[in-house]
Amino acid sequence: MAEFWLQFLLTIDATLRVATPLILCAMAGIFSERSGIIDISLEGKMLMSAFAAASVAAVTGQPWLALLVAIGVSVFLSLIHGFACITHRGNQVVSGLAINILASGLTVTLGIAFFAQGGQTPFLKGDQRFSPITLPFADAIRDIPFLGPIYAEVISGHNIIVWIALLAVVVTSLVMMRTRFGLRLRAVGEKPEAVDTAGISVVLMRYQAVIIAGVLCGIAGAYLSIAHGAGFVREMTAGKGYIALAAMIFGNWRPLQALYACLMFGFLDAVAARVQGLELPLIGEVSSDLILALPYVLTVIFLAGFIGRATPPAAIGAPYVKER
Amino acid sequence: MSTTLPRWIDIGVLPLLNILAAFIVSGIIIAIIGENPFTALGVMLKGAFVYKGALGYTLFYTTNFIFTGLAVAVAFHATLFNIGGEGQAMMGGLGIGLLVLALDAVVPAFLLIMLAIPVSALMGAAWGAVPGYLQAKRGSHVVITTIMFNFIASSIMVWLLAGTLMEQGQMAPETRDFAEGVGLFKFHEIAGMMGIKVARSPLNLSFVIALIAAFGVWVLIWRTRLGYVIRATGHSEKAAVYAGHSPQRIIIITMAISGGLAGMMALNEILGVQHKLILDFTSGFGFTGIAVALMGRNHPVGIIFASLLFGALYQGGAELDFEFQTITREMVLMIQGLIILFSGALVYMFNPMVERLYHRIVGPEKGAA
Repeated sequence: MAEFWLQFLLTIDATLRVATPLILCAMAGIFSERSGIIDISLEGKMLMSAFAAASVAAVTGQPWLALLVAIGVSVFLSLIHGFACITHRGNQVVSGLAINILASGLTVTLGIAFFAQGGQTPFLKGDQRFSPITLPFADAIRDIPFLGPIYAEVISGHNIIVWIALLAVVVTSLVMMRTRFGLRLRAVGEKPEAVDTAGISVVLMRYQAVIIAGVLCGIAGAYLSIAHGAGFVREMTAGKGYIALAAMIFGNWRPLQALYACLMFGFLDAVAARVQGLELPLIGEVSSDLILALPYVLTVIFLAGFIGRATPPAAIGAPYVKER
Repeated sequence: MSTTLPRWIDIGVLPLLNILAAFIVSGIIIAIIGENPFTALGVMLKGAFVYKGALGYTLFYTTNFIFTGLAVAVAFHATLFNIGGEGQAMMGGLGIGLLVLALDAVVPAFLLIMLAIPVSALMGAAWGAVPGYLQAKRGSHVVITTIMFNFIASSIMVWLLAGTLMEQGQMAPETRDFAEGVGLFKFHEIAGMMGIKVARSPLNLSFVIALIAAFGVWVLIWRTRLGYVIRATGHSEKAAVYAGHSPQRIIIITMAISGGLAGMMALNEILGVQHKLILDFTSGFGFTGIAVALMGRNHPVGIIFASLLFGALYQGGAELDFEFQTITREMVLMIQGLIILFSGALVYMFNPMVERLYHRIVGPEKGAA
């Protein structure tokens, strides 16, 4: 029993690690989409900033500087997205897709030019990355039955970005629901004409929203390459940006629900890694490939209205044209 | 977006300006890396058209892009955005694979090939029709659903190819080879039979099928009742309802046609070259279809030219691997991203500038007419 309990806790621990980039990107998506700008470029922004973070960390050895540069790069991509979608009223899906494809080409191209290691960055060690933080007394109380392992395995031993991600949910929730800025942001995504009539710039609000999204994606990218991982490998986001998008939709564009969706999708991922080839009664051999497809299947079912009701922002995807 | 520019500028000059912008930015990035962009361009052009067999390879890639580009374009005419080309092509390939693996011991090769063509289209159509249905009847947005369907298709492929369908005693996730003769003729083989020597290349009969499909799409969209209704639905769903059509039905049909075209891309890769089912044979060509459709302005003729450009980019990009230490074919992905950005998302950026310039030269009265 104790062995099973430990395994379970380790799975929960892994869930948090896997869910961290999802949570950050889902919050990014919420900011952007609640303001009316579709953002399928979470993936590309995360990939590009993962590369930037790993490059800077490898050259300077400063993880905090790497994080900053990662955020800068991601925000730059956000601004391109904004320039195309807000200023030039281009198609938001096309723009997002362009950024994703650009990022997968550019990371490998620059990676080879900078480091000549087939698109990877040098392996990072020690102080070059964010290491796990062992909370006080973790080892001392590990042996206390039941609660000890929870503290030692699940709560302690995460790097700082895991905590930033959880904090981001709280902040997103407060900003969205409890501040004037949040109210305006949501209004811009529901009925931009009304916001415009009130004398608030729709364009400015939307730019602010995509910039915040850029910051959050930048942190997520840095997490992948200099906190969770130890360097950049090509295509290292591996669809996580799209899973985050799915989680955001599954959470109905709301921060807390999106957090739960991210944790659920992260849990599926963590379980899938542990059950490959396991024989279960009645079901037969478990396939981790199919478990990994579950987030997408669930999102499709949710969107189709079979569980709950999806309510996207009313003005999403529609460029705002000011009346003359 | 209304424009006072004559047609030749709108469909000729502006798209060229957009591509030019994409290439200039690419050139700047190449220069930053420390290589000469013009040398790189030269290598790509030679790699795409001049070397032995190069043109065959270029047209081989072109074939993929014609299929996926047409798929995106057909959906665009009904203002549907199908980014599920990847998944639909995978399913097309899966259909071909299952059909051939099940029957190649008993059914003659020629008959099997004739069956494989509609099967690839039907499987792709099914994988496109479901998101279409979900949009039409359940209100879930086709963009998100098709993204999700790409991942679901990819998981199914991994599951099958690393499991049930994987050849015994094999480590790579692929099936056994199809029986001898189950494959589309290659051009160098056909030319050889006629006594003409042509360099070996993977170019096969799918190219002809793709051209026929392009003609078929032109007929469908501009010369049939269904095509008219598709375009009408795209312009205004309400108008289509008033005219007595069901937009829901049209959405499902359009997505099915779109998916079917994407599914046929598998003919080129699976039945034309691989002669077995492999993982990831779509290699992002479904997404490239979006760039192709945008550049080709959703017209089959434009799509063929855009496909040729991308075919040359892909084949020329492969050549970069050999010639340069620091530039690889991923450079092509970057250029592709920039092209989608400039000729898709920023498509109107140059309009005001060109308009001003045009009116200064021609005079406002004539331009406004």
